[in-house]
Amino acid sequence: MTEEVSLASQVASKWRKKRGSLIMALHEIQDVKGYVPWEDAVDIANGMNVPLARIYEVLTFYNFFKLDAPGKAVISVCTGTACYLKGNDKVLEEFKKQLGINEGESTSDRMFHLQVVRCVGCCGLAPVCVVNGKTYGRITPADVSKILEEWKNKLDEDKE
Amino acid sequence: MVNLKIDNFDVDVPAGTSILDAARTVQIDIPTLCKHPDVDPSAGCGICIVKVNGRIMRSCCTPVAEGMQIITSDPEIVNVRRTVLELILSNHPNECLNCIRSGHCELQDLTNTFGIRSSNLPSLNKKYEIDDSTHSIVLDPSKCIVCGRCVEVCQNQQNVWALSYLNRGLATKITAAGGIKLADSPCIKCGQCSAHCPTGAIVEYDETQKVWDMLADPELVTIVQIAPAVRVAIGEEFGYDFGENLTGKIYAALRRLGFNKIFDTNFGADLTIIEEATEFVRRFTKEPESLPMFTSCCPAWVDMLEKYHQDMIPNFSTCKSPQSMVGAMAKTYYAEKNAIDPAKIRVISVMPCTAKKWEIVRSEDMRSSGFQDVDVSITTRELARMIKQAGINFRALPEEKADNPLGEYSGAATIFGTTGGVMTAALRTAYFYITGEELENIDFKEIDGLEGVKEAEVDIKGIKVRIAVAHGAGNVETVLNRIREAKANGEELPYHFVEVMACRGGCVSGGGQPRVMMPGQPKPRGITDDIRKKRAQGLLNEDLQAKNRRSHHNESIKTLYKEYLGEPNGEKSHHLLHTHYEPRRKYSK
Repeated sequence: MTEEVSLASQVASKWRKKRGSLIMALHEIQDVKGYVPWEDAVDIANGMNVPLARIYEVLTFYNFFKLDAPGKAVISVCTGTACYLKGNDKVLEEFKKQLGINEGESTSDRMFHLQVVRCVGCCGLAPVCVVNGKTYGRITPADVSKILEEWKNKLDEDKE
Repeated sequence: MVNLKIDNFDVDVPAGTSILDAARTVQIDIPTLCKHPDVDPSAGCGICIVKVNGRIMRSCCTPVAEGMQIITSDPEIVNVRRTVLELILSNHPNECLNCIRSGHCELQDLTNTFGIRSSNLPSLNKKYEIDDSTHSIVLDPSKCIVCGRCVEVCQNQQNVWALSYLNRGLATKITAAGGIKLADSPCIKCGQCSAHCPTGAIVEYDETQKVWDMLADPELVTIVQIAPAVRVAIGEEFGYDFGENLTGKIYAALRRLGFNKIFDTNFGADLTIIEEATEFVRRFTKEPESLPMFTSCCPAWVDMLEKYHQDMIPNFSTCKSPQSMVGAMAKTYYAEKNAIDPAKIRVISVMPCTAKKWEIVRSEDMRSSGFQDVDVSITTRELARMIKQAGINFRALPEEKADNPLGEYSGAATIFGTTGGVMTAALRTAYFYITGEELENIDFKEIDGLEGVKEAEVDIKGIKVRIAVAHGAGNVETVLNRIREAKANGEELPYHFVEVMACRGGCVSGGGQPRVMMPGQPKPRGITDDIRKKRAQGLLNEDLQAKNRRSHHNESIKTLYKEYLGEPNGEKSHHLLHTHYEPRRKYSK
């Protein structure tokens, strides 16, 4: 908690004198944390003397800014032409079903984040998905539970 | 001056005038929806389009230019306006029948004017959760057309920054920061958002049913009080002109509604002046370090001070507002005098204000009688609704009198409802307390009118008292910063006594006042400076014609001190009529 406050306060004091730099300050928070937490937005508001209401106007205007912590394992399902024709839409549906979320969302336990990408540059392996940098090729809906199981175990190990 | 032609009329207006305003000089009322005279044009809705040299443009934000040829209406323009309306309606619920704004809604009025009876566009309207967390105002984002008036007023005019835009495009929604509840935001409940909303998206928190229930209970003694600004505005709900003072008819209507005693908040205003002038004289003569003193009648200002200007808390008058003083006196002095069990008394107040609903529960001090001093606070709009529901022919009512002893009032009390009024009333009495003589010239022209910050110097037998009057919450900061600067530099204080009212023009333009569609009134129909002035004049006239224009000559007040309170600012007064302030967080999430 103390660490969180100090990051936002540092960022705020860095940018407070420069006019029109709110977006830069918010970027810095998101770069470090992956999203902009409420507490950090409050600290930026106090530190830069900008109303909190204005900060949230900016945060919710730009799609880039995230207000919630993304999942620890980011699943990118490719729906580029090759992957799509090879049936990745069905794999995507299976991920949604098993995780109980839509694309662009995270599970409530913050374990998984599901997103759709357009081509990851290895069409020869189509259809593919990428989880935190690890690529899975020639996948079918039947592989989904295996992939999720693998990452659940991995994240549990990391926790311990 | 700029010369142009509008619908074949030659028009000659100052440079910078918008086409919209220029057209009004030749009796052309271009329809508007998002534009309001109090705020800069946002060019949001597109209803006000006209043809400028053949090109379609928005008249609200286009200034006139030399030689312009303008057409304000032709079949094509009407068609475009209809399309704009249909698009807005495709994102608006079809719930007029049950909507609190029905009959006074600017969107409904335009829909009728343009004869839109059905639409082929599919509805994109989303149901959002209604935010009534403040118990003062209710925000229903489903009914919002995102015109932005409320945001402009809340952020820039009031400098409160409770309301803001969330998201973008079709998903845009008006809420407090990040979508939290208004009760957890810096909202000061002034209700200026509701006074400027063109639809039913922001309205008062309706508590009329609570009042009906109290009136229906034979065990209870119901006591009602009306604020000064109510009497010069409620008439608009019954077809009277702006500013008509209808005190006698309101008393009659309240009696017919079944209230057992009709008292007047103006009595409380006189009482406030006795306490506040005494407090000011004490600070001025004995405790100069506690100057300047701020007035404290306005609950939205109290809330703002506790959230935004905590360094000024010691400068705040500890006097409760007139509403709260009447409540406390009704459940103590009046109850004892008439041997009524205060547990059975219900005090209902009628206020021009939405923040008064918050004031009655703002702290334990509001239970000084041992019970909640004021039980329910309803707005002028709510009372008008009750009178209509009861089938009372308001216009035909006789003029009646208030009951004693909390019904008598002076001219000084009635001007509490307009900017400069509290200060004027306080000075009349403070002069008397300091000099033992009556002030001769009791009108202060310098602090009259709609200038945001007004200043004057009053000569009390050689002693100069510097005063300031600020109204519209956004103007307060100017005054406060002058004081802070002087303090920081060790300079002499710029003011000794400061009056603040959170709404522009004071209580006459409060968030709970009527927003009626008056025939012939230029659009947009709602609060404007013209209406503010007329309502204020209604109160000033009553003061001018009053037999007694000084609070310290109110006979019932004198009796109250003799029989019950003892001395102004004495022990009993302090317990019942004064309060204290504590810093509050802007965001409680």
